[in-house]
Amino acid sequence: MAKSIDVSDLNIYYGDFLAVEGVTIPVAARSVTAFIGPSGCGKSTFLRSLNRMHEVIRGARVDGKVLVDGQDLYADDMDPVNVRRMIGMVFQRPNPFPTMSIAENVLAGQKLNSKRMKKSEADDIVERSLRSAGLWNEVKDRLDRPGSGLSGGQQQRLCIARAIATQPEVLLMDEPCSALDPISTSVIEDLIHELKKDYTIVIVTHNMQQAARVSDTTAFFNLAGVGQPGRLIEHGPTEKMFSNPEDPATEAYIQGRFG
Amino acid sequence: MTSIQSTARKRSTPTRPGDRIFRGTSVAAALTILATLAGVALFLTVEGIPGVLASPDEVKHGTTFIDYVVPLVFGTLLAAVLALAMAIPVAIGVALYISHYAPRRLAATLGYVIDLLAAVPSVVYGVWGISFLATALVPVYGWLERTLGFIPLFAGPASATGRTILTASIVLAVMVLPVITALCREIFLQTPRLHEEAALALGATRWEMAKLAIFPYARSGIISASMLGLGRALGETMAVAMVLSASGVITVNLISSTNPSTIAANIALTFNEATGLTVNALIASGLVLFLLTFLVNFAARAIVERRKDFSGAN
Repeated sequence: MAKSIDVSDLNIYYGDFLAVEGVTIPVAARSVTAFIGPSGCGKSTFLRSLNRMHEVIRGARVDGKVLVDGQDLYADDMDPVNVRRMIGMVFQRPNPFPTMSIAENVLAGQKLNSKRMKKSEADDIVERSLRSAGLWNEVKDRLDRPGSGLSGGQQQRLCIARAIATQPEVLLMDEPCSALDPISTSVIEDLIHELKKDYTIVIVTHNMQQAARVSDTTAFFNLAGVGQPGRLIEHGPTEKMFSNPEDPATEAYIQGRFG
Repeated sequence: MTSIQSTARKRSTPTRPGDRIFRGTSVAAALTILATLAGVALFLTVEGIPGVLASPDEVKHGTTFIDYVVPLVFGTLLAAVLALAMAIPVAIGVALYISHYAPRRLAATLGYVIDLLAAVPSVVYGVWGISFLATALVPVYGWLERTLGFIPLFAGPASATGRTILTASIVLAVMVLPVITALCREIFLQTPRLHEEAALALGATRWEMAKLAIFPYARSGIISASMLGLGRALGETMAVAMVLSASGVITVNLISSTNPSTIAANIALTFNEATGLTVNALIASGLVLFLLTFLVNFAARAIVERRKDFSGAN
């Protein structure tokens, strides 16, 4: 569990359009890495390329390498389905399966991975995942009710529980708090601190304070202009990025002088 | 005078003529539907009752109404259920292929072809059923009788003309296929992208994604589409009347030359020569079909309603 990621010279294309160019970044195991940058700079696209979810869009492809503990995600014999089973993802808007109960939602990934499970084993996984996601006490009495009946913040934690139920190596979060109120946001940020002990977490956020609060490493993405590909401008320890960044564009963005 | 006018103005909100006209026409349209339905039901009941009460020697078929109509109901349901059993899996498969698998251009073409199937008149299906399908199926029925004859469904003796209830059901299946496919395709396309991505991000294959995200979302839609198909299969007259060689029995033997008839086909085939109370009996059988269809729709609604909490609409 919890593996490091090594990205080298990654270009991401949609058809002929180069969306993200030349990203090289290491991500340490059991750490939180935040991607910040203006809209459209390719940070979400880059995040999605880490579990090959960007391939959902027709014509998407990459050059370069993404190594997870030395294993190339884009090797010829690598099935994207297996990549996604290894690397969990939480989306911008909470998306529990509306037709499933809370417990079934947590077990959704598990059911894909293994054919049969004992009832007790399933119950253990549900409890463990919901506890890790800090949701157990709120839902333990209504595990058979639909997940869509929860509040937005609870739904998002349910999605986190669903993502970690399969014990992935890495957890990707694409603006996980942007649809939530400040209190739910702070609950999820606390949760990220907890989860860091067991998982490698990569988070995209538009909220600079959030990046400063939750991450160990921050990476700043930007684009040179409209129609230009997004680039990784710089990355480093979060404290340094926020106090003394090397690139003037990073400083300007962090201080809110453009965007 | 002025005070009266001002209170009157306060009480009624101002309406524009356009609103009033639109409201009037839509209310009229809604009432017309109700009136038509009530009129048909009333006609069927009033004209049907003498037929139901007629004694066996007053009518051409020479039995009580219950004995007359039960085999017809059985045949109607059997043909329709068989047709749906064949059509639904194919329709869902085709719809899923069009909505989530096929390259865009092929999907569009395929969609047109399916819609075209719906535009073929039922008499054409009848002709196709008699002159091509029935003949083509004769050897198949022979084979079914020889190899699967131990199952009552295929006990035989296999029909020499191929005009069996199974042939009629296949024709019906082809006829209801476009309705179900077109509706399923539309519903599948509306699956929220969020749910599809949730499934894929968990490591679902395409098929697993369909099971996790698409089918649960489309469930009530699939049921409604099937019920529309069932409605058509229950009421379809011409194709069945042409294809089926019926003898008014109750049997589950699908491939023999003695087959139960269906209500609609029976009315079409015997109405012209019927007189007196026989006509009333036929109308009464029409009432039974009307109620049957009504029940089917009602049941479908109940099924859709039952798991409303989980439907994803909230």
